[in-house]
Amino acid sequence: MTVATLSGRARANVAFAPTDRGPPAQTPKPGAGAQISIRDLSKSFGSKKVLTSLDLTVPAGQFLAIVGRSGCGKSTLLRTLVRLEEPTSGAVMVGDGQRGVGRIMFQEPRLLPWQRVVDNVRVGLSKGLPTAESRAQAMDALREVGLADRAGDWPSVLSGGQKQRVALARALVSRPKLLALDEPLGALDALTRIEMQSLIERVWLEQKFTAVLVTHDVAEALALADRVVLIEDGRIALDVDVGLPRPRRRGSAEIGALEAQILDHLFSAGGRPSDDRPGLEPGPVEYEKAYA
Amino acid sequence: MKFDAKSLLAFVIPVGLILVWQALASVGLIATEVLPAPTAIVAAGWRLALSGELWTNIGISAWRAAVGLVIGGGIGFALGLTNGLSRLSERLTDPTLQMIRTIPHLAMIPLVILWFGIDETAKIFLVALGVFFPIYLNTLHGIRTVDSQLVEMGRAYGMSSWGLFSRVVLPGALPSIFVGLRYALGIMWLTLIVAETISASSGLGYMAMNAREFMLVDVVVLSILIYALLGKLADSIAKWLERATLSWHPAYLHV
Ligand SMILES: Nc1ncnc2c1ncn2[C@@H]1O[C@H](COP(=O)(O)OP(=O)(O)OP(=O)(O)O)[C@@H](O)[C@H]1O
Ligand SMILES: [Mg+2]
Repeated sequence: MTVATLSGRARANVAFAPTDRGPPAQTPKPGAGAQISIRDLSKSFGSKKVLTSLDLTVPAGQFLAIVGRSGCGKSTLLRTLVRLEEPTSGAVMVGDGQRGVGRIMFQEPRLLPWQRVVDNVRVGLSKGLPTAESRAQAMDALREVGLADRAGDWPSVLSGGQKQRVALARALVSRPKLLALDEPLGALDALTRIEMQSLIERVWLEQKFTAVLVTHDVAEALALADRVVLIEDGRIALDVDVGLPRPRRRGSAEIGALEAQILDHLFSAGGRPSDDRPGLEPGPVEYEKAYA
Repeated sequence: MKFDAKSLLAFVIPVGLILVWQALASVGLIATEVLPAPTAIVAAGWRLALSGELWTNIGISAWRAAVGLVIGGGIGFALGLTNGLSRLSERLTDPTLQMIRTIPHLAMIPLVILWFGIDETAKIFLVALGVFFPIYLNTLHGIRTVDSQLVEMGRAYGMSSWGLFSRVVLPGALPSIFVGLRYALGIMWLTLIVAETISASSGLGYMAMNAREFMLVDVVVLSILIYALLGKLADSIAKWLERATLSWHPAYLHV
């Protein structure tokens, strides 16, 4: 387990030394995951600089979690990975650089209300596929998330957690090499959340795609990820390898220690109040409250 | 069974009113010149149906309504789509359309008569003008208010422009387009009644005005009732279409 605290770009490379979680990085199964390399990425909206000279390398098959204060640019970074945003400068390379390598799952399910569940999953497949084939694949993906029996329903009759599972099936049906998750569990109740976390972990272990999860919940990041990075002032301020064995026990001492460390950093001198939450008092308790 | 009983309930008051009306007319409490008895109106309808006059006039009116709706609605729909999808086109045409919209289309009647006489063109033009705006405005509004998050999802999942339009934008705009259509149907009949009453040599409105000259009150009332029936029929068709295409909508799920 290594922890690197970075004060600036000069030391950025330290964090990208090979991790101790070897196999997927060194010998990726062919086609399983895409390596991500981000070099000197900057992104501004008008005069507002969101990301400044950010460097990040994610080995194929890694489960990376991104944490940071609200408005620090987590979503922006994630959206550049699936080309929903173009970098202002710098380079973002996912896999061999082709389009459609990555799939994104949003905080909202974003299902098409006018298509049945199975057809919503088929949105994730390319249009060239014969109907019977794409239906079969969509049904497989629905089986994977445990919703095969709801294939013929309209999305509006599903519960929030079920909708999010359909969205996961849609994201996974094309066997993407990268799955980008933008707080996909933020709107769910605690129990459904834990179920969804195990579901995501299970499919990731099976399919070995590269996963990038943006979350407000440090405990969730530590429960799922191989590595947690913290974004601050438009760049990576903390890069933590989580070498704990899976399945991880919620509330174990190691997780607790790492969580305290990340939260401490979030509220230490380096943590300016974010522009979305001026005057936030430092301290883990407030963090919990503010993001609960 | 339960459904039948409930729908029968809706008929209690209308049927009651007709019975009271018939009774009052029979004992002479309502003068025939003011309001003929329901049986007299049915008899008038039978007479005109046998002579074929009724069908000819209904046919002509329905044809005018349909042609006007297709032309005005079609242009409104096309412009609504174009302006909904292209900011450039909207900037170019929308201000002018909004200006024209402030003119009540029935105020155009004298001008339209000057232009087209009492020809078919005059009536079709007025109907088309009348239905244009509700369809244009609601199509535009429907497209503009499509959930941008869904559009973004479509882009992220690699949909082509056509795919985005046909799978995300158009279905999302459809509820609003139907609101426009049903509103337009109301305007369509209203415009036609006015236009046919003022200047025509055929059609239901003409039939009513002609009957008025000969003091045939039963035919006048008959014409009014047929207009109501046609309006109801058009609305039912639109409702049925709406239900068939919006079956995904939570509001129609349990219907
Ligand atoms: N399209 C845009 N136009 C202008 N500013 C934007 C746009 N998208 C994001 N921003 C700004 O960029 C900053 C980072 O936004 P982003 O959504 O990436 O934050 P975040 O870290 O995901 O926050 P949260 O945790 O609240 O979701 C914010 O200040 C936001 O206002
Ligand atoms: Mg965000």
